[in-house]
Amino acid sequence: MSSVTSAPVSTPPPTTARHVRTPTSRLRFGARERHDYLVFLALAAPNILLIVAFSYRPLLSNIYYSTLNWTLGAATAVPVGFDNYVRFFTSPDTAEIARVTAVFTVATVGGSMLLGLLIALVLNRKVRGAGFARAAVFSPFVLSGVGVGLIWVFMFDPTIGVIAAVLRTMDLPSPQWFNDPSLSLVMVIVVYVWKNMGYAAVICLAGLQAVPRDLLEAAAIDGAGRLRTFRSIILPMLSPTTFFLLITSVLNSLQAFDIIRIMTPLGRGTTTLIYDAYLQAFGGYNRAGYSATVSTVLFGLLVLFTAIQMLVLERRVHYR
Amino acid sequence: MTMSATGPEQDTRTHPLAPRNLVAAAVGSFIPLVLAVAVVALPLVWMLLSSFKTPGEVLTRDLSVLPHSLAPDNYLQAAREVPFVRLFVNSAIVTVIGAGIKVLLAIFTAYALVFVRFPAKKLIFAAILVTLMVPPQVSLLPNYMLVSGLGGADTYWGIILPGLGTGFGTFLLRQHFMTLPISILEAAEIDGAGHWRRLTRIVIPISGPSIVTVALVSIVFEWNDYLWPLVIVTDPSMMTLPVGLTLLANTESDALAYGVMMAGSVAVIVPVLIVFASLQRYVIAGLTQGAVKD
Repeated sequence: MSSVTSAPVSTPPPTTARHVRTPTSRLRFGARERHDYLVFLALAAPNILLIVAFSYRPLLSNIYYSTLNWTLGAATAVPVGFDNYVRFFTSPDTAEIARVTAVFTVATVGGSMLLGLLIALVLNRKVRGAGFARAAVFSPFVLSGVGVGLIWVFMFDPTIGVIAAVLRTMDLPSPQWFNDPSLSLVMVIVVYVWKNMGYAAVICLAGLQAVPRDLLEAAAIDGAGRLRTFRSIILPMLSPTTFFLLITSVLNSLQAFDIIRIMTPLGRGTTTLIYDAYLQAFGGYNRAGYSATVSTVLFGLLVLFTAIQMLVLERRVHYR
Repeated sequence: MTMSATGPEQDTRTHPLAPRNLVAAAVGSFIPLVLAVAVVALPLVWMLLSSFKTPGEVLTRDLSVLPHSLAPDNYLQAAREVPFVRLFVNSAIVTVIGAGIKVLLAIFTAYALVFVRFPAKKLIFAAILVTLMVPPQVSLLPNYMLVSGLGGADTYWGIILPGLGTGFGTFLLRQHFMTLPISILEAAEIDGAGHWRRLTRIVIPISGPSIVTVALVSIVFEWNDYLWPLVIVTDPSMMTLPVGLTLLANTESDALAYGVMMAGSVAVIVPVLIVFASLQRYVIAGLTQGAVKD
């Protein structure tokens, strides 16, 4: 008996004793673990299931739909393999859609980033009212694209719009914004830049404020002028911010929908990839299979841009 | 190049109100700032003013800036053409319920990911993050087939459900929860507090600003959401405000309707503008998360 009772006394110090699992303690640990797993599932499962059902499943469904010749609302669909893709990549409409998407993306991203940087440089001067101006310039970014689109439809009206009125004071005729497809594209680009430049400005401003003060002071001591400081110090220091902004802006503009839908419902001259995916299925054509093909291509593009972002960011991290 | 050159320069620097500095500040900072704010504000002001103008005042080549009266004729006219009040109520219902559930889901998921033991949590988090990259537009057709197949067309739940899963809110709150002092939670655990108690009595109360940020961003998104409700709702009495405004623009495409359209724009834009004006710090912080790392 005594030998049995002395056994625990001779066991090693408490720290290692924790690792010696008697059957009961393992059971208790297992129970706690199981309890934690259940808690995790109870808390996280609803969100995860929703994400699986409404974000992951559609990606697979789209790929399946894209192999069908299927009219929206029809009970049956004919499997056609890659026909939709062949049609998409050989159609002359696609060349036009690619051109419009490219022009829209480059112009809106370039325009909002350039204006955003200029505004950020001014905001960074800490003048009176800079805080208010920052919020004011950002505000269009949070407003409904539908409401914003309606305002600008009114302002661009060639007869009674305020832009036509301003042009009239200079004896200029108003361009036919809504009838000329290439001018329609210019118009939606202007509105999109107006709505998004504040976002770019706020992000550029954050980047500017992260430039170390001593670096700027050192440049000033060395006699660098304003332009020189901007080109040799501020711009390079801003490059990670600019890159983040570039990628998010490209992703955002590839998803632009509301303004295009409201200002140019028929999409003449303004049919981007995303708008084509909508028009094909819900714009009266009811071509569900073809729309799914366009969506799948669009998703491929988004993956590509995100992959580029990750690769470049990774390299930057290693570089540091 | 010596004392005489640095003298006056120091002089202007030490006197911020010296004429040279005033001119420089005006040209370099103040004027561009006013210009930028004007470019942003003028269309909104124009919307507000025009929403009170009669068709006669709108439909003219001699534009006057101010409306003759502040009678809400256009708002009443808009209410006659589409169920305006109903649209507003629909938008409010969808926004409050949608954003409310979204915030709860984000809090629960983020807490589980940070504080509850589970295998492969990093992988799960990564899988949730990927959804930030999947725009709702890409999922449009499959979600339409699923939800309309379940009878969700022209219902509140049909509008709300597909957007509930939240990658953004989970991401934002997880980042915040990871900065909380773990010692408080461990102390609570030793005192016998379970997960639910730790979540509701400790984590939520000390995470106010982050939760407000997620809530505001969700509210703005739900209120402005357009494409999904446009597709899933066809009954005007179930439409949200942005969808209903499309109806207004489609039915009254002639120039006479501009005043009414501006009244509609005011209804969809001004509530968000008020929320933004009062809590802009949170909204901007939430929407620009992740921009500047380090």
